[in-house]
Amino acid sequence: MLCCVCKEKEATVHLTQITGDKMQKVDLCEECAKTKGVNDATGFSLADLLLGLGASQEIEQAGGGSELACPRCGFTQADFKKAGRLGCPECYNTFAEALEGLLKTMHKGTQHIGKVPESLRHSRDVADRVKSLQKRLSKAIEAEDFEQAALLRDEIKQMNARTSGSPAT
Amino acid sequence: MDIHKFLTPPAEMARRKGPHDRIVLSSRVRLARNIKDAAFPGWAKKPERVRVLDLILPAVQSLPDLKNSFAETMDRLSTLDKQILVERHLISREHAAKSAGSGLVLNQDESFCVMINEEDHLRMQSLRPGLQVRQAWVAINLIDSALERKLDYAFSPELGYLTACPTNLGTGIRVSAMLHLPGLVLAEQINPIIQSVNKLGLAVRGLFGEGTEALGNVFQVSNQMTLGESETAIVERLEKVLAQIIDHEENARGSLVEKKPKVVYNHIGRAYGILANAHSITSKEAMNLLSLMRLGVDLDLFPGTDRAIVDELFVLTQPAHLQKQHSEKLSAEERDLLRADMVRERLATVSRPVTNPPPGPTLDKP
Repeated sequence: MLCCVCKEKEATVHLTQITGDKMQKVDLCEECAKTKGVNDATGFSLADLLLGLGASQEIEQAGGGSELACPRCGFTQADFKKAGRLGCPECYNTFAEALEGLLKTMHKGTQHIGKVPESLRHSRDVADRVKSLQKRLSKAIEAEDFEQAALLRDEIKQMNARTSGSPAT
Repeated sequence: MDIHKFLTPPAEMARRKGPHDRIVLSSRVRLARNIKDAAFPGWAKKPERVRVLDLILPAVQSLPDLKNSFAETMDRLSTLDKQILVERHLISREHAAKSAGSGLVLNQDESFCVMINEEDHLRMQSLRPGLQVRQAWVAINLIDSALERKLDYAFSPELGYLTACPTNLGTGIRVSAMLHLPGLVLAEQINPIIQSVNKLGLAVRGLFGEGTEALGNVFQVSNQMTLGESETAIVERLEKVLAQIIDHEENARGSLVEKKPKVVYNHIGRAYGILANAHSITSKEAMNLLSLMRLGVDLDLFPGTDRAIVDELFVLTQPAHLQKQHSEKLSAEERDLLRADMVRERLATVSRPVTNPPPGPTLDKP
């Protein structure tokens, strides 16, 4: 078995980590194990190492062999494999598909919970409100309640006008 | 500006007080933020990094909380000064390696520090002595909110704050505490504790963070997951776990003194013996022995000795701090000699540990 980091030397260090119902295995040669600090009895970097390796593998699989590159910064999956970090904020869109599985194993969830910049908080509230109005609108149309539908349509129009900056009158 | 005119002297640093500071050396909350429409520092070319630095540096300096702060680009700091900042846990080793295109802002009482163009465009951290993770979060949250009015952060409603490494995505928060756990180490209970803390999704690291060893029985406990959980939930979870670790450490100390007093006195007595008499000592050995002396002070084995004497040595014996006290460039061997001289001199007023401490040292339960 070859080392999964350098892919050159025979792997002599075998690590297994079980988190929940997932098992991850890493096989390393002695040299790579040393540089990654795996020989350190405290083993603190094991999780990082596992996460890093998993990341590049998933990106590779999702890419299906074709070299996906970020249109904003030119970052490729090969670069991610090397660095374990992304090129720019837009990369999260470019590699969204590949990252999804990775984020699931890495984090508690895949939807952000917590602080939102204030400038976005407002537009986010509006977006949520518009979404719920639209739901009610389709329901009203379904129920052929056209009076209600007209009211809802006007309200949505108003909300959209407000977010695009024009005064809502 | 000379950073040494700005930094708090180690003697003063060692006297900072905080809740549970007998076990919790310091609390820290770090936020990672990035600017929209700019490549992350590790991928950006130098002109782009400089552009981002020129954008962020004045924005940070203009905050009311950061009046009279120290601000400098990394290329204008010497290697020695950067190393001193690392030894004080104000910047990371990674940031110390940076040069043009990266920067640093540090407030006056060293409770807030911003690294610009480290792994992310912005790495801000709020620091407090003792167990004060919640206070550190409250403080940094306010500064972050003030800064977001001046800078356009990269943020997605689904993924939160976008970071160079997916491990920091979402809240971009790292809440951590630095713990002194000699009792758990001596009682050989530290590994099961680390394992159970890991199971709770928290990381345990050494003195200087990622991939470093636990010199001087100092461990850093921090959250690992940043997406899918709110900042306050993360802070609360860490607070709960820290309270338990403090409890375990106190229990371990108590039962060691009760069941294996000779083992404890032997470790502490030998540590004192070497520190007070050595003529050459490495920083690693000094740190490990100072940790045992600190335990001795906590257990009242050095009556009348202030813990600050030990804590100050903890800082002063580190390589860059030692070098700073001497004008000529020292080799590692020369440092070991001068380090031993300094420790001997400073411990001259501390008498050797007593073997019958006054009964019932007060437990520091959270």
